[in-house]
Amino acid sequence: MLKAEGLWFRYGTHLPWVVREQTLATAPGDVLGLMAPSGYGKTTLGKLLAGYLIPSQGRITLDAQPLPSRGYCPVQIVFQNPELAVNPRWRIDRILREGHPPQLQYLDALGIHSSWMSRYPHELSGGELQRIAIARVLNRHTRYLIADEMTAMLDANTQALIWQVVSAFAQQSGVGIIAISHDQPLLNRICQPQAMIRLNRDQSLKYAPKPTV
Amino acid sequence: MTTTLVSSPISQFAGNRRRRTLWGIALGALCLLAIILSPWVIGEGGLSPMLTQRNQPPSWAHAFGTDWLGRDMLSRSLHGMSLSLRIGLLAASLSALIGTGLGLAAGTLGGWVDAVITWIVDVFFSLPHLVLLILIAFAVGGGTKGVVIAVALTHWTSLARVIRAEVLQVNSSDYVQLSHRLGRSPLWIARHHMVPHVIPQLLVGLILLFPHAILHEAALSFIGIGLSPHIPAIGIILAESMRHLSTGYWWLGVMPGVLLLLSVKAFDWLGENVRTLLDPKTSQG
Repeated sequence: MLKAEGLWFRYGTHLPWVVREQTLATAPGDVLGLMAPSGYGKTTLGKLLAGYLIPSQGRITLDAQPLPSRGYCPVQIVFQNPELAVNPRWRIDRILREGHPPQLQYLDALGIHSSWMSRYPHELSGGELQRIAIARVLNRHTRYLIADEMTAMLDANTQALIWQVVSAFAQQSGVGIIAISHDQPLLNRICQPQAMIRLNRDQSLKYAPKPTV
Repeated sequence: MTTTLVSSPISQFAGNRRRRTLWGIALGALCLLAIILSPWVIGEGGLSPMLTQRNQPPSWAHAFGTDWLGRDMLSRSLHGMSLSLRIGLLAASLSALIGTGLGLAAGTLGGWVDAVITWIVDVFFSLPHLVLLILIAFAVGGGTKGVVIAVALTHWTSLARVIRAEVLQVNSSDYVQLSHRLGRSPLWIARHHMVPHVIPQLLVGLILLFPHAILHEAALSFIGIGLSPHIPAIGIILAESMRHLSTGYWWLGVMPGVLLLLSVKAFDWLGENVRTLLDPKTSQG
């Protein structure tokens, strides 16, 4: 289980709270949908869950253990903008191998061409680059995958292809997925109605009074 | 990325942009190397006075003419330019060293270290460059040493700023944070993510520092607090020529001036071409 209990977070001591009292849990093989309009702290919550940010209060546990601070993190995140998630001076081949070497079957399934390997990121389109960013974390060391608006900027075809591959991967390897999106139809397709969390203003009030510690 | 689909003989000869860039780099480097090594090739012969051949305008025998003592201006200019280039290289390299060190420290350590270094850079930027140069050169006693120290101490600021910005930008980027979560150590990230971004900036910054250093060395010598007057530095040659310009001996000032301009332009060209080659966005075309 990936559990988050009573998470609070803000980017500075004088700034408003971005994440307020969030509690959620997801199990291997489940797909959890997280839905909210822009500015409700979806990405921040995703970054907290993947260990990019340290919560001001509350804790995140993976099978009752805290997230490891070094080594390959079992909770991986795929960002919305692949251009920012790859080093512009590296070739695709090297980008794919930065974590664990990707599995060939997923490279094929995602339609990643072998001729892309010697290219630089700016020589691929956004959709192609996003597939690279996804293939990078589809390995057996990933236990939970956070898809932060993973396909928001892609066309319908690519979106369908990517979610097909990611869902198949999650089912085969028992990987839990947290899908962050504001696209209701997409979330309806990929997760059960009861596994959908809607962040609302009560939970994530930006100008709410400070909590007493 | 060539725009023409049908390649004409000329574009075939010139090759693609990558090859043209490489040619540019080779040509620029060769040009500068030739000037630096020229004194050893042409020897000291032209430097001695030949009073029978005073004030000759440029001709086949004396391409740059001769001065009021009958010395060959071509060999004087080359000697002077070579010396100026070597001093400029030394000063610019020292300056780049300071700039890189402080830029890296500011970018990686942050906090008060960053604040202090940024403040020093701002102070240097707010003072007129030449005034500061003269002040430092004068304070350390002038001469060759004075020029090198003054130029080294005043030219590192822009490079430090560029490197600090680059380090900050790469450090806060998604792919570096992602690299941490992919299990890479800070040292590995510094080696594989940081260095490839900083080295090109450093190289281009260093090359583009040279012309500044050379021009300022010439400026200091021109106003008389740089190299001592008996050394044929380019600034001294130009200063001497001032006295003779009004009497119609234009070649004394113009020819060495053109040589200085060409050397500076060669460095500029070299820097631009190296930048084009090192950036993956432009290196493939």
